[in-house]
Amino acid sequence: MADLVTSPARGQSQAIRVSLRWGLYVALGFFVMIYLMPLFVMITTSLKSLEEIRTGDLVALPREVTFDAWLTAWSGACTGIKCEGVKPYFWNSVLIAVPAVAISTLVGAINGYVVAQWRFRGANIIFALMLFGCFIPFQVVLLPMARVLGIMGIAGTIQGLIFVHVVYGLGFTTLFFRNYYVTIPVELTKAAKVDGAGFFRIFWSIFLPLSLPIIVVTVIWQFTQIWNDFLFGVSFSQAGTQPVTVALNNIVNSTTGVKEYNVDMAAAIIAAFPTLLVYVVAGKYFIRGLTAGSVKG
Amino acid sequence: MAPILEIQNLCKNYGSLEILKDINVSINSGDFLVLVGPSGCGKSTLLNCIAGLEPISGGKLSIGGQDMTNVSPKDRNIAMVFQSYALYPTMSVAKNITFGMRVRGVDQSTQEAKLAQVAQQLQIEPLLNRRPGQLSGGQRQRVAMGRALVRDPKLFLFDEPLSNLDAKLRVEMRTEIKALHQNLGASMVYVTHDQIEAMTLATKIVVMKGGEIQQIGTSSEIYNRPANLFVADFMGSPAMNLIPAKTRSNGDGTNVEILRKDGEPIVLTDQVNRDLPSDVILGVRPEDIADPEMRGGSDIQAAECIIDIVEPTGADTFVVMQLGGKSVTARLHSETTARPGKTQKLVFDLGKVSYFAPDTGLRLN
Repeated sequence: MADLVTSPARGQSQAIRVSLRWGLYVALGFFVMIYLMPLFVMITTSLKSLEEIRTGDLVALPREVTFDAWLTAWSGACTGIKCEGVKPYFWNSVLIAVPAVAISTLVGAINGYVVAQWRFRGANIIFALMLFGCFIPFQVVLLPMARVLGIMGIAGTIQGLIFVHVVYGLGFTTLFFRNYYVTIPVELTKAAKVDGAGFFRIFWSIFLPLSLPIIVVTVIWQFTQIWNDFLFGVSFSQAGTQPVTVALNNIVNSTTGVKEYNVDMAAAIIAAFPTLLVYVVAGKYFIRGLTAGSVKG
Repeated sequence: MAPILEIQNLCKNYGSLEILKDINVSINSGDFLVLVGPSGCGKSTLLNCIAGLEPISGGKLSIGGQDMTNVSPKDRNIAMVFQSYALYPTMSVAKNITFGMRVRGVDQSTQEAKLAQVAQQLQIEPLLNRRPGQLSGGQRQRVAMGRALVRDPKLFLFDEPLSNLDAKLRVEMRTEIKALHQNLGASMVYVTHDQIEAMTLATKIVVMKGGEIQQIGTSSEIYNRPANLFVADFMGSPAMNLIPAKTRSNGDGTNVEILRKDGEPIVLTDQVNRDLPSDVILGVRPEDIADPEMRGGSDIQAAECIIDIVEPTGADTFVVMQLGGKSVTARLHSETTARPGKTQKLVFDLGKVSYFAPDTGLRLN
């Protein structure tokens, strides 16, 4: 009986819930479309021929799919006088990013471990100064860094760029690891000391195995920063050591005659692809790692 | 034989802040030393100093007859159990227990033999392949003990190891630690804020407050003859009654006079203690104020008291009354006839009382 009396009201609220839910999906779908539109345009444009770009609609699907633009972008597009595509520069970026990410992450982990677990006199001040390093704008670093690279004899080299990125990244990586390790009870270090383990043994056997989430976060962060960097790349490189971002800029800006939008788009996608890949593969760890320190688990 | 642990004039400062002041303790092989005191009294810092995890600012410390003042923790031949257990989260129980041996490079067969022995002793064999995260609090506690036992050290250090367990488990583990101590004959230093834990476990208790040792003694010395008002108040539950009183010599002994809000003062005659100052604080354990029919002997003195509150606990009944301006608790038997608001005849056992000076707080008898 009670069911019969209440059912019309329940039916009504059910209808409201369903319509609200649909409204939500429509709104979300709309925003997804807006966010994805540039990517869509880039991909479709890169697959069109120049002829089709000139005559066709910007958002239309390609009538005839061609990978010529991709091939040109990879190995034939001109960056100034040379016409060898983004390929050599892509590998430059890999050669810069991989060691720079690895070194800055490892050193950041050790720094964070020291600041969080081996409290020494002035630890807080040193940490504050490193934190301050995160807020120094790129532009401020340029001239002093150029001088330092000159003195070290690695100006304009891949090693030089690795050095720059490691130095600039240390503030962030130290911060990440310190905030992660500070949640680990100090008693763990004490227990290991009593067990006879030393500084590196404790780091290696106890802290590093605990660090996977924060390593993922740091690697994603550093890789994105270093791969996408343009200013350091353009300032501290010379012909032959430029990263892909600089090459992309040169390709887009040094076209003569007809602007090859399809090649530009393909080159841009190639340049962006590694960071995209990193996010897709490790994205869920990124979210987890970022929130790991905030909620005690 | 040299004491297993000897601490001489130990001081510990953080900047200008004095954490530990002139600590002198020594224990013999097989002793169970408990450091007890309220939080912030420096007991855990002292334990960390013994372990070598905190450098000391002054004084000397030796373990097993060897000077260890500036020796690193790993070379002190100690093992430590922590409040949070501090198990290595990414290692299995077996790896946790053998970590120290692996660090020291003990050979594989010895490791396995010791692991098996300790696992059997603590009955944790089924847990050896689990991670600490998959264990209950009590099991983690056992693993932490196992990690200490496997070391076979000169000295065991325990830093409030039971305070994260629930009440029932805590009592069980307490008994187990006591049994372990008896079976191993090992020397132990144990930090706790729980005075019952201290009383039950210790062969020697150090009561601390504000970085200073208040009293060192056996459980019964600390309980029956507290050195000052702090120890009297801190050790024992319910706490010792500390009643302001006046004394007057009467030739035969001392008359102790306790004021009451309504009615005549209670006058007790102490035939043992003489030459007390006129103002004292009388310290009486609740069980030394009893039903007349439960106590006998020459030191018994009866008095009529007005009962305010009656608290039955099953085994005993506590009654509370106002004496000398303080709430005074007496432990009566469970079938007592005492009723709130009624007068009850109680006896004071003057053979067991303590007297303290009101100004310094020090014991007088």
